Amino acid sequence: MEKYLYITLFAPLVGSLFAAMFGMKPKKLFVGIVASLLLFISFISAVILLVHVASTDEVVKAQLFDWITVGSLNIPFGFVADPVSTVMMVTVTLVSMLVHIYSIGYMEHDEGFNRFFSYLSAFVFSMLVLVMSDNFAGLFIGWEGVGLCSWLLIGFWYHKPDLSRDQNPSISPAWAANEAFIMNRIADLGMLIGLFIIYWHIGSLQYDVVFSHVNLFDISIITMMGIFLFIGAMGKSAQFPLHTWLADAMEGPTPVSALIHAATMVTAGVYLVVRSFPIYSQIPEIGLWIATLGAFVAVFAASMALVNTDLKRIIAYSTLSQLGYMFVAAGLGAYWVALFHLMTHAFFKALLFLGAGNVMHAMDDELNIFKMGGLYKVMKWTAAMMIIASLALAGIYPFAGFFSKDKILEVAFDSHHYILWFMLWVGAGMTAFYSFRLIMLVFFGEERYKKYGFHPHEAPWYMLAAMAPLALLAIVAGFFEHSFEEFVTTLLPEYHFHMEGITKVALIGLTTLIALSGIGLAVYKYSKGGFSEKWKENPIYKLLYNQYYIPQLYDKLFAQPYRELSQIAWKELDLRLVDATVDFIAGIIYATGFKSRVVQSGNLSKMLRWMVIGLLILLVLVVLYSPVR
Amino acid sequence: MITLNHYLVLAAILFSISLVGILRRKNLLMLFFATEIALNAVNIALAAFSKFYHDLTGQLFAFFIIAIAASEVAVGLGLLIIWYKRTGNIDLDTLQSMNG
Repeated sequence: MEKYLYITLFAPLVGSLFAAMFGMKPKKLFVGIVASLLLFISFISAVILLVHVASTDEVVKAQLFDWITVGSLNIPFGFVADPVSTVMMVTVTLVSMLVHIYSIGYMEHDEGFNRFFSYLSAFVFSMLVLVMSDNFAGLFIGWEGVGLCSWLLIGFWYHKPDLSRDQNPSISPAWAANEAFIMNRIADLGMLIGLFIIYWHIGSLQYDVVFSHVNLFDISIITMMGIFLFIGAMGKSAQFPLHTWLADAMEGPTPVSALIHAATMVTAGVYLVVRSFPIYSQIPEIGLWIATLGAFVAVFAASMALVNTDLKRIIAYSTLSQLGYMFVAAGLGAYWVALFHLMTHAFFKALLFLGAGNVMHAMDDELNIFKMGGLYKVMKWTAAMMIIASLALAGIYPFAGFFSKDKILEVAFDSHHYILWFMLWVGAGMTAFYSFRLIMLVFFGEERYKKYGFHPHEAPWYMLAAMAPLALLAIVAGFFEHSFEEFVTTLLPEYHFHMEGITKVALIGLTTLIALSGIGLAVYKYSKGGFSEKWKENPIYKLLYNQYYIPQLYDKLFAQPYRELSQIAWKELDLRLVDATVDFIAGIIYATGFKSRVVQSGNLSKMLRWMVIGLLILLVLVVLYSPVR
Repeated sequence: MITLNHYLVLAAILFSISLVGILRRKNLLMLFFATEIALNAVNIALAAFSKFYHDLTGQLFAFFIIAIAASEVAVGLGLLIIWYKRTGNIDLDTLQSMNG
C-alpha cells in the first residue's frame, strides 16, 4: 500500500517539473494534458488508499528518509494515510484534477499556459505534503509550500499595473500576492512558536508521540500550544483579523481561486485544528473562543458579500463565511462535522468558482454583476450548475450543504451555545440571500450586457464536463454523511447529540425557513429590478461595501507608519551611519593606494634598490633579534 | 695560514661589489654580470664552510647553484636578445611599461 501513497504524493510533483521544463516556451497543449493525467493517476491511487483504509482499518505509514537528526531531535520525512488524511487526499486530488482539466480551457489564450500548470501541480504536491505528513515539521513544509504556490498564482498576471483602491479594491495582482504572503508570514510566526512550544515540552514533533503525551502537561502549557497553533490556522484560513488577503487573492486566475482560495488551501487551518484535536479537546475554553471567532467571521463575511458587486469577491466572502462555520464545529469539539463541511464545501464552492470562471470567460473578464443579467439564455449549463452550487451553499435539501451546514447549527444549539447558533442562523439567511442575489443578477432579469457590447457564449464542452462531477457531488455528497462519520470517527472523537428528535426537526425547519426566505427575498427583489439607488447612500451600505474600512484602516495603522519608519531608517540610519562608515573605510584605502602608487614605477633598478633596502632592514633585524646568540 | 674567515671576507667583498653593481648599473647585461658575481660569492662561502666542517653538502649546493645559474643566464640572455631586437637598446630606464 505504500506504493499508492508515494504515487499519490509524487505524481503531481512529476507533473509540475514536466510543465516547468516548458515554462518559458509558448503554449503547448500536451503540457496541460500530461499534468491533468498525472493528477488523475494521483486521484485514483488516493481512492485506492481510501478504500483500503476504510475496509481494513489499517493506517498506512511510510518513511521516506531521515530529514533532520541532531542530538535528540529526529524529524523523518514520514507520511501517513489515516482516515483524516485520506479524506483530505481524495478531496484535494479530485478537485485539483477537475480544476486542471478546466484550466486547459480557461487558460487557452494565456501566454503563461505552461507556467500555470507547473505552479498548479506544485501547489497540489505541497498540499498533499501538508495533509499526508505524519509530523508537524512536514506539515509546516507543506504549509509554506502552499503559501508559496498561492503567492505565485495570485500574482500570475504580475504585469498588470497598480491601480488606486477606488478603481480596483485589490490594487493589482502583484500587490494582492504580496499582501497574502505577508499576512500569512505573520500567522506562521505564531504557528512556529506553537511548534517550538510543543517540541520544548514533548521533545518530538511526531503526531503519535505528541498526541499521546499531551495530556501529561499542565493546562496552561496546552493552552499556549493551542493558541499559537490556532494563530497559524487563522492566517491560512483567513480568519478575522487576518482576513483581508483572501478577497484580494481573487486577482489570480479563476481556477486558482476555485482550487486554492476556496476548496483546498484555505481549509488547511481547519485541517490543522481537526488534526490537533487531542490538544484542543483538552482546552474547551480555547475551543469556545475559536467557535466564537468562527461565528463572528461567518456573519461578518456574509454581510460584506451582501452588497458587493464583484462576482468573484462575493464568492470569496462566502468562502470566508463558510470557513467560519467550520471553525465553529471544530471549536465546539465536533471535529468530524468540521471535516465533513470542509469536504462538501470544497465540492460546491469549487463548482461555484468554476461557473464564475465560465461567466468571466463569456464576458471578457468583466466582473461587475450589474453589467450582466439574463445570461441564462446563452449559458444554460453554467447557469444550472451554479444554481446547484448556490442551493448547496444555501443549505437546501437534498444538496450537500444541507447536511453539513445544518449539522454545524445543530452542534451549536446542542452544546447550549444559543448565541452562536443565532449568529450562524442569521448567517445562513444572509448566505442564501447573497448567493441568489448573484444568481439573479448574473443569469436572470434584464440583459444589461447588451448595453456594454458583450457577446457572451457558453464554455466549451470539456470545461463543462470538468464541472459535472462537482455538480453531481454537490447534490449527492450529503447522503454519505453516516458512512463518512463512521469512517473518520475511527480516528476523531465522536460527537454525541443530546437533542430530542422534535427539537432537531424544529431546528432543521427553522434553518430551512430562513434559507428559503433569503432565497425568496433575493428572487423577489431582483426580479423586480433590485433595490433602489438610494440604498447606496445609506451609511451601512457604504460600510459594508468598503469592507468595514478595514483595508484602509490597516493601511493607515500599519502600512503607512511602517513606510515612514523605513524611510527614516533608510535616510537617517542606513545612509548616514552604515553607508558612511563603510564609505569612510573604503575612502582611506583608496587614498592610501593613490598616494603609494608612485612606488610602482616599473623601473627595475629602482625596484632592486627597494629590495636591497628591505634586505638590509631584515639583516639588521636578524642581527638585533636573532634567537641564536 | 688561511682560515675560514679569509674566505668569508672574500665572499662578503665579492657580494658587496655585486650589490653595488646591481644598484648602480643601468645596462641590463651588466646587471647579469653583477648577479653572477653575487651567486659566486655565495658559492665561495658554501665551499669554504663545506671544507671547514668536513661536510660535502655545501659543495653539492655550490654545484647546484652553478647549474641553475647557467640555465638562468641562458633564459635571461635569450629574453635580453629578443628585447634588444625589438627596441634596439637594453637600458633599464627605458624598461618602464609596468609603470603604475
